[in-house]
Amino acid sequence: MTTRDLIEETQVALAANKVRSGLTMLGIIIGIASVIALTAVGQGAQNSISNSINSLGSNLLEVLPGAARTIGFGASSGRGTAQSLTPGDEAAIASVPNVAAVSGEYSGRYQVTVAGANTNTTVDGVDAAYAAIRNINMAQGSFIADSQSLSLSKVAVIGSTVASDLFGVNATSTNLIGQNVRINNMQFTIIGLMATKGGSGFGNQDNEVFIPLKTALQYFAGNGNQFLSTIDIQATSQASMTQVQNDVTTLLLQRHNISDSTKADFSILNQQDLVSTASSVTGTFTTLLAAVAGISLIVGGIGIMNMMLTTVTERMREIGLRKAIGATSKDVHTQFLAEATALTFIGGVIGVVLGWGASYLVSLSGLVAAQVTTSSVLLAFGVSAAIGIIFGWYPARRAAYLNPIDALRYE
Amino acid sequence: MIDLTHITKTYTSGADAYAALKDVSFSIDEGAFVAIMGPSGSGKSTLMHILGCLDTPTTGTYRLDGKDVSAMNDDELAGIRKNKIGFVFQAFNLLPRTTVLRNVVLPLVYANVPRNERAERAKKALIAAGLTEEHFGHLSNQISGGQIQRVAIARALVNDPALILADEPTGNLDSRTSLVVLGTLQALNREHGRTIVLITHETDIAEHANRIIRLKDGAVVADEQNVQPRDAAKEAALYV
Ligand SMILES: Nc1ncnc2c1ncn2[C@@H]1O[C@H](COP(=O)(O)OP(=O)(O)OP(=O)(O)O)[C@@H](O)[C@H]1O
Ligand SMILES: [Mg+2]
Repeated sequence: MTTRDLIEETQVALAANKVRSGLTMLGIIIGIASVIALTAVGQGAQNSISNSINSLGSNLLEVLPGAARTIGFGASSGRGTAQSLTPGDEAAIASVPNVAAVSGEYSGRYQVTVAGANTNTTVDGVDAAYAAIRNINMAQGSFIADSQSLSLSKVAVIGSTVASDLFGVNATSTNLIGQNVRINNMQFTIIGLMATKGGSGFGNQDNEVFIPLKTALQYFAGNGNQFLSTIDIQATSQASMTQVQNDVTTLLLQRHNISDSTKADFSILNQQDLVSTASSVTGTFTTLLAAVAGISLIVGGIGIMNMMLTTVTERMREIGLRKAIGATSKDVHTQFLAEATALTFIGGVIGVVLGWGASYLVSLSGLVAAQVTTSSVLLAFGVSAAIGIIFGWYPARRAAYLNPIDALRYE
Repeated sequence: MIDLTHITKTYTSGADAYAALKDVSFSIDEGAFVAIMGPSGSGKSTLMHILGCLDTPTTGTYRLDGKDVSAMNDDELAGIRKNKIGFVFQAFNLLPRTTVLRNVVLPLVYANVPRNERAERAKKALIAAGLTEEHFGHLSNQISGGQIQRVAIARALVNDPALILADEPTGNLDSRTSLVVLGTLQALNREHGRTIVLITHETDIAEHANRIIRLKDGAVVADEQNVQPRDAAKEAALYV
């Protein structure tokens, strides 16, 4: 019996009971399609989280006041509430090797008003370097300059959401430079409008107002208060991030006179850690989705086994006749195995196409840019073929080792 | 060619045992045309299944071409059925949902006959069994009972087996078609030297063979030569 004969026989056998073949395949189709689609969604979520972390800036380290905190869970005293970081710390960090840029931050939520409109938003005092560290692009005007910080100028750079909240939906297309806003009842002049970043995930810069750091400390921090809420550091390269983190830690411990590093009154958040933590979370999530889909695949496989067993019983006399005219046990075994494998393979192909389609629809809906990976497609194919062989094996074996005369006489 | 010594076949179901064959011994030479006769239930089909290596005797030895069949494994038995023996069964002869032509091609598929020779040989066998081209494409449930029997004969012939075992091949046929079928078997026997074992309960049919073995209640009661067998071809000619 040649492979071509085998294919012909399989075709005839499956076509003889189209509805049943179709329903059996449906189990595999749904299983494979859900594996493909769910892993694609998981992968998409992972990509989008990594992207949004990376859009915060590149090679970023953040020094936060307060006790060391674990990423994810673990209680933290809210950012800015602990008071341990000073502008002096910021200046000292700037001379650590491989530090490309440093910017202190002093932030709080304040009422921002213009005639006829107001909004409550984050007002962030920063240095000029902040724009480079956080990848800020300007739509109008320019970002804060160091000279404006030194002169305690009351100037503000606003995000696009703030702009439309204050000046109406079309605000970004009108010239806002030179307009006045009141922040916490103090008058500021707008010197820049940031390009829309598209907000998702961690802190939406579109809904922020930036003012010079020294101005913020002077007018908002209260009497002589010189504590920062964050220090942002950009390392020169990804490779130097760990070194910078270690050096800054040592430096700050020294400056704060702390000898036991576990008692540090600050913590350093490494962007790379954030990315890998987030990836491991979404990775677990993806695995979970795949496992759920995998269960449906197993159910589909059992469906195949069930159908093949029914088929063997129904075709008992046919098997006897085939053996009488010369089919060996191996011929019969191969034939039934081929039928089961064909079902799962065709189901697998349809499932991949459907899964791909579903991922495409999810992407179109804008929820998440689902990404079908080659490995998930290969895995799906492999698994479906394996299911055919595994779940087809037992029924095929039963058919193959029937005594021909018992099979012929079966009723 | 066939050598049976003290063959018995006992069917047991639970506590009951039924002896379908009781101490059957005989030999059949290569090139013989033997009819096995007997009333219904006498064990003819049981005997044929043993002769065809489809079933094994409870006791006794069956030698085919000098080789003990009981010592053969599954694959060797399949090889014998494929290359040496052609079957025509009493009932359930054709694969369901399969065309007449495909039914006859199938033994060639299992015997690894090259693809391009198959259809040709199958058609020749079908025509030899008295079927016409118009039926070749019909499914097995779209032809008459007599036609089914003839397709089964064509399938038994197609692989040129040395031994043809036919269980009531003319059971569903009118006398004219029966003669066509018998004529085919006689020609195979005379011109090609095929060994033929024909099972029937009709004397008319059995008289076409050179030797008639009579079974009763699972035992051989008579075994005689038929010196002047009837000639199916000549008889058929009278029907014109
Ligand atoms: N699988 C079986 N289990 C039990 N008894 C069986 C089995 N097969 C056949 N028999 C019995 O063996 C006896 C012989 O059966 P067999 O089919 O050989 O008869 P036969 O001579 O071919 O009859 P017929 O002319 O009606 O075809 C019968 O009495 C039958 O009941
Ligand atoms: Mg019978």
